[in-house]
Amino acid sequence: MELLSGADMIARFLQDEGVEYIYGYPGGAALHIYDALFRQDKVKHILVRHEQAATHAADGFARASGKPGCVLVTSGPGATNAVTGIATAYMDSIPLVVLCGQVMSHLIGDDAFQETDIVGVTRPIVKHSFSIRHPSEIPEVLKKAFYLAATGRPGPVVVDIPKDMTAPTERYEYVYPKKVKMRSYNPVTRGHTGQIKKAVELMLKAKRPVFYTGGGVVTGKASEGLTDLVKQLGFPITTTLMGIGAYPQSDQQCLGWLGMHGSYESNMAMHHADLIIAIGARFDDRVTNNTSKFCPTAKIIHVDVDPSSISKTVRADVPIVGPSSSVINEMISLVQGKSITSPEALTDWWQQIDTWRADREGKLYEPSKPGEVLKPQEVVEALCRVTRGEAYVTTDVGQHQMFAAQYYKFDKPNRLITSGGLGTMGFGFPAAMGIKQNYPDDDVVCVTGEGSFQMMMQELSTCKQYGVGVKIVNLNNASLGMVRQWQDLNYKSRHAHSYMESLPDFHMLIEAYGFTAITVNTIDELEPALERAFADKHELVFLDVKVDPFEHVYPMQVPLGSMRDMLLSKTERT
Amino acid sequence: MRHIISILMENEPGALSRVVGLFSQRNFNIETLNVAPTEDPSLSRLTVTTVGDDRVIEQITKHLNKLIDVVKLVDLTEGNHIERELMLVKVKALGAARDEVKRTADIFRAQVVDVTPSLYTVQITGDATKLDAFLNAMAPLGILEVARTGVSGIARGDKVLSL
Repeated sequence: MELLSGADMIARFLQDEGVEYIYGYPGGAALHIYDALFRQDKVKHILVRHEQAATHAADGFARASGKPGCVLVTSGPGATNAVTGIATAYMDSIPLVVLCGQVMSHLIGDDAFQETDIVGVTRPIVKHSFSIRHPSEIPEVLKKAFYLAATGRPGPVVVDIPKDMTAPTERYEYVYPKKVKMRSYNPVTRGHTGQIKKAVELMLKAKRPVFYTGGGVVTGKASEGLTDLVKQLGFPITTTLMGIGAYPQSDQQCLGWLGMHGSYESNMAMHHADLIIAIGARFDDRVTNNTSKFCPTAKIIHVDVDPSSISKTVRADVPIVGPSSSVINEMISLVQGKSITSPEALTDWWQQIDTWRADREGKLYEPSKPGEVLKPQEVVEALCRVTRGEAYVTTDVGQHQMFAAQYYKFDKPNRLITSGGLGTMGFGFPAAMGIKQNYPDDDVVCVTGEGSFQMMMQELSTCKQYGVGVKIVNLNNASLGMVRQWQDLNYKSRHAHSYMESLPDFHMLIEAYGFTAITVNTIDELEPALERAFADKHELVFLDVKVDPFEHVYPMQVPLGSMRDMLLSKTERT
Repeated sequence: MRHIISILMENEPGALSRVVGLFSQRNFNIETLNVAPTEDPSLSRLTVTTVGDDRVIEQITKHLNKLIDVVKLVDLTEGNHIERELMLVKVKALGAARDEVKRTADIFRAQVVDVTPSLYTVQITGDATKLDAFLNAMAPLGILEVARTGVSGIARGDKVLSL
């Protein structure tokens, strides 16, 4: 029997759980835990420069790897700084375990120094939370936290740890709990066979079907199965922003992604479909536009591991509660050997889709001419060429995020790492940092804008400390592009606080940290700069790319319209 | 439509705030709320009455079920059920009104449980409509204070909400 203090139990548990990196920032209430981490060398602690970055870094790792990310912060401001990152993970169903120091038990409720009721503060943005009430609970509670975070519909779990629970003088028996059972938590492991049969019957009979798949296929590790199923049926597929890469985008059957800034052909296909097969997607308002006008002729099959996602905004005709992977596999076995009822109808459907495709071909944006200011879209296209479409691409939020998602072609899941649900500016750079540390031999690039980057740029210091060689492509339009776009469209171009006065000299700023910065102004400078940036996998390089501030993201769905109501450029609409 | 949802949940600190928080967070409505431990001290039973169309009630039950602390729940209004609420009312009882209060209490099968020279404290149980009717009857006599427990309920017949 081994006796350990609460703090040592935490360190030991993280080792036993296989946690390699934990992101955090020390402070009074977490000091016993920090001391325990210091006295071991299996779990590597990464000192960030702001707790929000710790959560984003762990979140980025979780998105890229499919494993839970782990964060350690102190009480009060340490914990509240982590809140935005927790909410980011919650909205995108990302497994995260956040350990928060807390003031000593006897001080709780007294407004003690650095006390916050972090369980209360985070209640609406966690999958679950725990407060440790006795040190002996620590192994089991931590196991539950990791189990809850990673299973079912994943999400963040907060563990609140009063300082006296980790006191070095009090020791208790430690046994690593290999398994935990919770009577109130039994995530479904497979879908209802009758419902799946019904769905497959509809699929085989459909004349104008379309797959609409989301982040649930990525977190559910169901990409291969999905690809098989879609190939076997020969149906078109569109994904959500979160589902990008779950089906190879370079394949003919992939229409790109859908929704507010989704591709023309995706939105048109959705609107005219007679069957929508939604898997691991949640009919989010950025996808459906006006739900009362949403896909008027379609029957809807909706597969989701979370029953509360089904019929939340759009009623499903065939609801299936189950993990995407097992439901897809069952669908594959039911489809095998069978043929669709009306191959001619599907051929016609594809002809219609190809016509939509051809309609927009070459009209998406106008590339810059030599000597002119660059278009952000062509920067992303060049980035995709230089990295052969294989990089991990993280983004911040705004126009650059949409351009990155539209013009980088992802053939693999877990490669586009973006804050879709919460839309957190500042997410991209720390997320890239978290990924790069875990995948040092891969290219990891953060596509950002000068607005978002300044929200988390202090992490340059962390990258310096640990030698993290991420690449940063700053699409610098000297304004908050998406805000500006909305102001152009809805507020007669009154640019209220959407431009960035007094931008720093990014070149000097990056060099102050000892990194390489390259400023890019024109098309002929672009690819050489990108080649130079990606020449050394272990070097942080910052590309400050000056882009056209007047560019808008299109297509853009018309507010309150249907899926097919889109602005296609500054002068065209459907 | 009005629904009565009964929930068995872990008798843990914070569990109640998760349930209540869910209602405000998702813009659901709580009309009454009643909670106490069960015969199994590790479980609490919480009964909430809420109003919403089928879609809203479906979302409420799904989201409640998603809470880790919620072990089991039932929408009692889906079947035959018994619904009770307990109310204590202090009513003015002076002069002629003193007899009137007592008579009305008797009609409603309510009991006078405390007495002073100037008021009666009446205890009444029943469903919410009965309690409302009693309050209406008492209103002209001068209601001084009302304490209602909120609805508690249980299914009729063999149906049992347990683990």
